[in-house]
Amino acid sequence: MAVANIQVAETPLVLYALRRADDALILGHRLSEWCGHAPMLEEDMALSNIALDLIGQAREVYSYAAKVEGKDNDEDKLAYLRDVRQYRNLLLVEQPNGDFAQTLVRQFFYAAFADIYWRAMMKSRDATLAAIAAKSEKESAYHLRHASEWIIRLGDGTDESHARAQEAINHLWAFTGEMFAVDDGERALIDAGIVVDPGTLRGRWLTTISDVIGEAKLVLPQNDWMQQGGRAGRHSEHLGHLLSELQSMQRTFPGLTW
Amino acid sequence: MYTQALNTAETGDRGLEDAGKAAQFQARIDAEERIEPNDWMPAAYRKTLTRQISQHAHSEIVGMLPEGNWITRAPTLRRKAALLAKVQDECGHGLYLYAAAETLGSSREELVDAMLAGKAKYSSIFNYPTLTWADIGTIGWLVDGAAIMNQIPLCRCSYGPYARAMIRVCKEESFHQRQGYEIMVTLCRGSDEQKAMAQDALNRWWWPVLMMFGPPDATSQHSDTSAKWKIKRFSNDELRQKFVDATVPQAQYLGLTIPDPGMTQDADGHWRYSEIDWTEFKQVLAGNGPCNRDRMAARRKAHEEGAWVREAAAAYAAKRVRRQTAQAAE
Repeated sequence: MAVANIQVAETPLVLYALRRADDALILGHRLSEWCGHAPMLEEDMALSNIALDLIGQAREVYSYAAKVEGKDNDEDKLAYLRDVRQYRNLLLVEQPNGDFAQTLVRQFFYAAFADIYWRAMMKSRDATLAAIAAKSEKESAYHLRHASEWIIRLGDGTDESHARAQEAINHLWAFTGEMFAVDDGERALIDAGIVVDPGTLRGRWLTTISDVIGEAKLVLPQNDWMQQGGRAGRHSEHLGHLLSELQSMQRTFPGLTW
Repeated sequence: MYTQALNTAETGDRGLEDAGKAAQFQARIDAEERIEPNDWMPAAYRKTLTRQISQHAHSEIVGMLPEGNWITRAPTLRRKAALLAKVQDECGHGLYLYAAAETLGSSREELVDAMLAGKAKYSSIFNYPTLTWADIGTIGWLVDGAAIMNQIPLCRCSYGPYARAMIRVCKEESFHQRQGYEIMVTLCRGSDEQKAMAQDALNRWWWPVLMMFGPPDATSQHSDTSAKWKIKRFSNDELRQKFVDATVPQAQYLGLTIPDPGMTQDADGHWRYSEIDWTEFKQVLAGNGPCNRDRMAARRKAHEEGAWVREAAAAYAAKRVRRQTAQAAE
């Protein structure tokens, strides 16, 4: 049953908000897939908790995007009625959960970035974004601590956990470059003091992750080829499947109140 | 989410235990005192409670699966967050209950292993599938509603850790129940399709929910000891009747029909329901419900695939202790 996608007028600020909201929603969705299936009950709780934080962030940023756009879109229309080519999230966050090591390495790479990013964004000249950043920063700090502790446990645990963690790092590394890329629209927002240039945060991010990865007795790959495309809607094959599940109710029963 | 009145076979006191201690123990229970982990207790009391609390914990954990089935498909972001938070609560209940069971001397690992080996039971209600979004509303409304009916008296259970766990669990369950009912209200105020979805869910869940209270009193042989020990304060049929009486007006408000054409209201206001199909209940308990195999397979898979993670955490913890000891020795 076909339900038309909504159209979004992607001004630089709307596009910026969609990118950040999509990151949070897609990663939150991925983490929520673990609920009931984690290696221990404590992790069912922790991963659900982090997923809830991220879905909460997504809702706030979508609502802001809708408000800035000023049409009749809202958080649910933005989440449920855009197709894969309209999604703007990082390729990193849509990667499948894989094993626990892949989930935690993905989480680690993202949280290490989000923590620094949201802290810097607290100085945004946009009051709404600054407020969202202040809340998200507190959450990200906890997400980073949780992920870092696991990277160390896995890296410095058993031979098997070490191998799995290293494999996950090698696999996901190529998706990290996209976090720091900026296009012309976002550049204008940076120049206006509305958003932070993520490129300036890469050094600190690298220091954060290198410290943890070193303590975990793991290594960063030498390969510096980076995959990109998510920000422009060129995704991996995985995202379409995720969206078909996430959006199934709204696509099957259009226009109803739930 | 919920403990079921699965009848547990108590081993009676065998006269080996100090009769004086036993009398003192019973006197404390009769005086409504709480029994705490370090207190003397009859072996059968310990065994009964370990079984009941661990079954309750297993139910919370297995109960995450049918609802978890809809987390990735919840129809709005608000519903998605609420459902995820709810299932997370159930997990918290499970953890809390395993901790309460551990105070009786069995480890969480032992208890979980017994469940995964098929030796320990969990509530049979979770062996039914969640087919539509309305099932999520119905589970909150009816399954959590039935759980509350069972658990409120357990807040006064003679065993302190269990009673205290139940106080906290009941607060959250009550919130879940309202949330589930609110989903039903939304569906019933919605399109014809949504209302039909709600009715279909009620049709499928009604009888299994009534079975949650356990076998009828007439065939229930083990309630006497539990009543004497103030673990169980109301009979299965009493609780079932209370639940039905509370639920009928809620269904009427929704404009839904309870799938029991023979139901009538007594002069005293009680709603009398028709005969429950206990053959179905026994079949589900015996492993033949629609989802028994899936539920066990999902729990075993999570456990087996998580083994290397738990081993890594244990290995790392041991290494840290060794390093700290070595450092301290320097």
